Amino acid sequence: MAESNGENNGAKKSTGLLDRVRQDVTELKETFKEKGKEELEGLKEPEKSQLFRSVFRVKHDETPRNRALSVLSNVFFHLHPAKVNRDAVKYKYTWGMGGITFYLFIVLTFTGVLLMFYYHPSKVQAFRDILYLENDVPFGKLLRNMHRWAAHLMIIAVWLHMFRVFLTGSYKRPREFNWCIGVLLMVLTLLLSFTGYLLPDDQLGFWAVTVGTNMARATPLLGTEGPFGALLGMTPYNDVRFALLGGSIVDANALLRAYIWHCIAIPLIASIFMALHFWRVRKDGGISGPAPVMLESEIKEEKGHRPVVLRPSGLQ
Amino acid sequence: MNWHQIWEVASAPDNVPIVALLFLIPFYTWYAFHQALENDALIDKLSADPALAKTEYRKTEPWNPKWEKEVHTWPYLMRIELVAAILVTVLLMVWSITLNAPLEEPSNPNVTMNPAKAPWYFLGLQEMLVYFDPWIAGVIMPTLIIVGLMVIPYIDANPLGNGYYTYKQRKFAIWTFLFGFIGLWVLMIVIGTFIRGPGWMWFWPGQTWDAQRVEFAVNRNLDQIFGVNGSWIAHLMPAANVAYAPILARIIFGVFPLILYFLVAGYFSHRLLLLTDFSRKIFKRMTLLQMVTTELFLVLMLSLPIKIILRLVFRVKYVWVTPWFSI
Ligand code: HEM
Repeated sequence: MAESNGENNGAKKSTGLLDRVRQDVTELKETFKEKGKEELEGLKEPEKSQLFRSVFRVKHDETPRNRALSVLSNVFFHLHPAKVNRDAVKYKYTWGMGGITFYLFIVLTFTGVLLMFYYHPSKVQAFRDILYLENDVPFGKLLRNMHRWAAHLMIIAVWLHMFRVFLTGSYKRPREFNWCIGVLLMVLTLLLSFTGYLLPDDQLGFWAVTVGTNMARATPLLGTEGPFGALLGMTPYNDVRFALLGGSIVDANALLRAYIWHCIAIPLIASIFMALHFWRVRKDGGISGPAPVMLESEIKEEKGHRPVVLRPSGLQ
Repeated sequence: MNWHQIWEVASAPDNVPIVALLFLIPFYTWYAFHQALENDALIDKLSADPALAKTEYRKTEPWNPKWEKEVHTWPYLMRIELVAAILVTVLLMVWSITLNAPLEEPSNPNVTMNPAKAPWYFLGLQEMLVYFDPWIAGVIMPTLIIVGLMVIPYIDANPLGNGYYTYKQRKFAIWTFLFGFIGLWVLMIVIGTFIRGPGWMWFWPGQTWDAQRVEFAVNRNLDQIFGVNGSWIAHLMPAANVAYAPILARIIFGVFPLILYFLVAGYFSHRLLLLTDFSRKIFKRMTLLQMVTTELFLVLMLSLPIKIILRLVFRVKYVWVTPWFSI
């Protein structure tokens, strides 16, 4: 190319423009070939690209260091430790129920948000919204079914998780407090399900919630019909049941309250407790086992409330 | 046998989770015990051979000294989580495509549902309404269950069985939990779902749920059975207040069976803590507070089946009747 440039030097003015274009096109062809080859080579290793690195922040090679980093440097994955006990990944120990519970919570949040697009928490609209959702919204029925059955499944999974944690003695030192957080999470799970029950505003939900909240009437001291309630001046218009329902009967206010508890307050509280729960699983040294069995002869002669052993944070 | 009735209850879409529980709980109980017995065999072996105990891996898992003790979360754990998420999603999809979530008529305060049932996971509490007044079944008991679960880690003084399945080393804890979880929670849910029909009456499996059925309740209070009428106390009272004598007599009378129950059941649970050589060893490690809390919750837990038997077998409604509350 340098050669042809020299040859045409004299007649530059007349043929300049055309030649320039021709020359540029040839150059462009070359560039295309060269850079295209580079690009194709790059596609073979997407993890080296700027885009990938900007998202995932670390190199992704098959080295132990990077395997660890890919977990630790990712906000979603860093709930996990970089490494786990080789026996702890077996299904037969944890039954995976805690993780399944959490996954179902995510599924419920996702389907729940979609349901919220179609639902108005008012006596006039609520029931019709469900009919509309079931009959006219594409995949509306599937959406509602998934939300419903995922909620039931989550309750079963929480119970089985608790059952597993108990039977492996995982509530013992140092995990006592995480067990307590777990108990609260189970209560929140049940309350989530219960508040959702009223939202379709059908007979099933209405009577279930009526039966349920009637019990609040009997709260000692704070309910009209509870022990000493009347003595303390409780009436159907100022007791705990009234506070729960926003009225003395299950009606429009109760629907709105159930909606807000169900869609905002309880999910928020449960999320906070879940964050705590997962954080404590890590700080308490990861999953409890399968641990080496301990023998009766190895019990140390300690008694009662022993001081808690504080570990430097981050030490597993 | 009315098979149709059984099928109708078992196949109600909202009852599917309970039918599932009927399989899942026995399965996972077996699964846990299977591993517990394996570990117990290993524990026996190591206890008999202290030299081996020093060098053994102490797990039933395969082990080779050349292996790394830990594996990378990525991919060894995360791929399992991915598979689990996919399986759960598929299960949920299939379930949601084949079964529709129920939707009844629009809510109507004037048309009662019979039976009006709470959601299935609260049916245990609703079943308790038969045996206790709502303030106990609906308020006190849930509170005790929550508090009771939360104190477990603080009253269990047994350091063994932390992080592995075992039966042998935790017999008392395991029996207590199985009794509470399966016997008092899951079983009550099953009764509430399959046995309780219209009017919350007891229908055996195969009996038709007859909404017209009437039950003649002959339930009495304990004081009525003992014929407490307050005549003996009336003599001691000023004439103007004699009308209150029966009430006062009932209040005083009812305290005694309760005290008796607390003494007997308390002694029984104390004996339970001292049952074997091993449990006595654990008992020595307990503080007074741990002992008292354990026995208190055992006594409260036992009061459920006791009241159920009193009610179903002896037709006793209340043990202690006062103008403010009854137990
Ligand atoms: C919304 C409910 C819950 C979620 C999402 C949840 C999630 C988890 C997860 C993902 C783990 C890791 C181990 C595993 O998967 O088994 C875990 C561990 C644990 N959970 Fe939960 N959990 C919940 C409720 C509970 C309940 C009801 C309890 C007990 C009453 C509990 C007590 C514990 C304890 C003590 C651990 C540590 C276990 C160990 O180290 O082996 N959690 N939880």
